[in-house]
Amino acid sequence: MSVVIQTEPFDPASALAAFTARQNGEPGAIVTFSGHVRGEGGLTALELESYDGLTEREIARMETEARTGWPLLDVMIIHRYGPMAPVEAIVFVAAAAKHRRSAFEAADFLMDGLKTRAPFWKKEITEAGARWIEPRAEDYVDASRWATAAPKQETSP
Amino acid sequence: MAKLVFIGRLRDIAGCTEETAALPANVRTAGDLLSWISSRSELWAEALAHPAVRVARNQELVAPGDAVADGDELALLPPMSGG
Repeated sequence: MSVVIQTEPFDPASALAAFTARQNGEPGAIVTFSGHVRGEGGLTALELESYDGLTEREIARMETEARTGWPLLDVMIIHRYGPMAPVEAIVFVAAAAKHRRSAFEAADFLMDGLKTRAPFWKKEITEAGARWIEPRAEDYVDASRWATAAPKQETSP
Repeated sequence: MAKLVFIGRLRDIAGCTEETAALPANVRTAGDLLSWISSRSELWAEALAHPAVRVARNQELVAPGDAVADGDELALLPPMSGG
């Protein structure tokens, strides 16, 4: 299990390779997601602010929730903060489980949490200037799916 | 004295990253802290009226009814945007 918050750019393909290499042969399924900076609307950079101490702890809490809800063998979360250029990776999530359903659902759950509850504050920098971004209503809807649909333990092979 | 930390767009309003302040006697909870800062100006009142504004005490999220005290690091967090 690992949660890393960093300012340095990272390569999702290398992260997946490292994640796969540290497995002991148990997982039958590895699901990964990488989120990237969208360069739409004349965006020149995205800046994410974190709050030392709080941000990492809250993300670690989400990781614990995911492992409580699904029978996961391993989880890796990498999240960048600071200034980022279009196309660069912002976030990487990997979930390993014996079977695919748990891995898919846990990765989806983690991403919904990271998109709404993670303590980050986002600023878009365009040629016209900089502005702070508040959460989108859709993000809250995505995250609220998990409040009613309690994660299930996997029973079928 | 408490250390007030301003995050995101609240820092733009504060004009600084942090300040050291003596908490008035009637500021005993995180909710009191928000009310006190809101009384500074119209701009502050508007920024802190959003229901998703949170307070962190010593880097832990707290509820409006939770205690705050001198010696604390108290961060004012605008609505989190997520990653």
